[in-house]
Amino acid sequence: MSVRTLRIDGRDVASADGATVLEAARVAGVAIPTLCHLEGLSPVAACRLCLVEIEGSPKLQPACITPVSEGLVVHTATPRLREIRRTVIELLFTEGNHVCSVCVANGHCELQDRAVEVGMDHARLPYRFPDRPVDLSHPRFGLDHNRCILCSRCVRVCDEVEGAHVWDVAWRGEHCRIIAGLDQPWGSVDACTDCGKCVMVCPTGALFHKGDSEGEKHEDPSRLAALQRARHARQEAP
Amino acid sequence: MSQPAKLPKLRLATVWLAGCSGCHMSFLDLDEWLIELAPRIEMVFSPIASDTKTYPEDVDVALVEGGVGNSDNLALIHQVRQRTRLLVSFGDCAITANVPGLRNPLAGPAAVLDRSYLELADGSAQWPHAPGLVPELLERVLPVHELVPVDLFLPGCPPPAERIRAVLEALLRGEQPLMEGAEMIRFG
Repeated sequence: MSVRTLRIDGRDVASADGATVLEAARVAGVAIPTLCHLEGLSPVAACRLCLVEIEGSPKLQPACITPVSEGLVVHTATPRLREIRRTVIELLFTEGNHVCSVCVANGHCELQDRAVEVGMDHARLPYRFPDRPVDLSHPRFGLDHNRCILCSRCVRVCDEVEGAHVWDVAWRGEHCRIIAGLDQPWGSVDACTDCGKCVMVCPTGALFHKGDSEGEKHEDPSRLAALQRARHARQEAP
Repeated sequence: MSQPAKLPKLRLATVWLAGCSGCHMSFLDLDEWLIELAPRIEMVFSPIASDTKTYPEDVDVALVEGGVGNSDNLALIHQVRQRTRLLVSFGDCAITANVPGLRNPLAGPAAVLDRSYLELADGSAQWPHAPGLVPELLERVLPVHELVPVDLFLPGCPPPAERIRAVLEALLRGEQPLMEGAEMIRFG
């Protein structure tokens, strides 16, 4: 394994070749905020929260999919990036209907946490208040499109870890949304194994256990990495 | 009381628009600190601490709870803005429309009134209609800052009493409160 040396926020960082800037930064103790990224799933750079500046490149790059290279000079917290991150969070809040006080994930929501981190005390963009449905056709789980930020963690975990591929992202622009099967009610999709991993990794209250009331969704998405390590260990065992 | 005569009292108002009054209840949760607060302010307008019906001139600080949801709210918020030096959006409804804003994705006030007063009525189903008494609903409930400039945002549903106190203490010292971190700006 060869090593690449790069600079992140003025710090020299040694990283394995093939690692991403996000991984290198986290090893070096530099916090880059993320939402769609989750250890154990393939990165997709959907949320744009981890954008960083790379010297010599006019474009901002998402740290979660940018590989490290020798001599890379990365800035993760410039005023420009801070402004963009706050705007990204404001876009997410104003684009859907995120009513924290009546949400199952209130107090345990990654979107709510990121809003604090980026310093959002209000949204400078107008709220859209879109009319969106809630799918309660599954016997155990619900999908509230009002709270969905289209991070696609559910799509990836179902495909990559459970192997069922119930979820997809459909349509474009303001009509973009998560669909089950071929845009069917979730409860009618035979491929669903009822495993609940999508609920576990959802960063907001979009996917939830039926019966959970306000603030009662206490999932821990980092359990996914533990699950995968356990599976891996079992496969390697004699 | 031992209030120095020369120190001018902060002229404070609290305003209740489209909200549940929970932010005002949280204000009352300041408990014994209210006794410390009382000699340092003049409460010039408030649904919980004043009988004044007309919003006065020359207000230093107004805590505005609630979104702007009806014609009365709309008229009052413009008056508040004109007559107040520091307008505080007080709680999630004022800042995001929050729970009152849940009606916004519906097709306007008629759908809301039909659902509330006709479809769910036990008997004598009718829309409330008293021109000049019952204010008309606006098309949407809006956050305060989408209608008038806001000077400070105090989130929370409701904002915890300690958060309110931190803001008021800073303002009483003549400082701008530092609104950052989960203690001060977490929604919900």
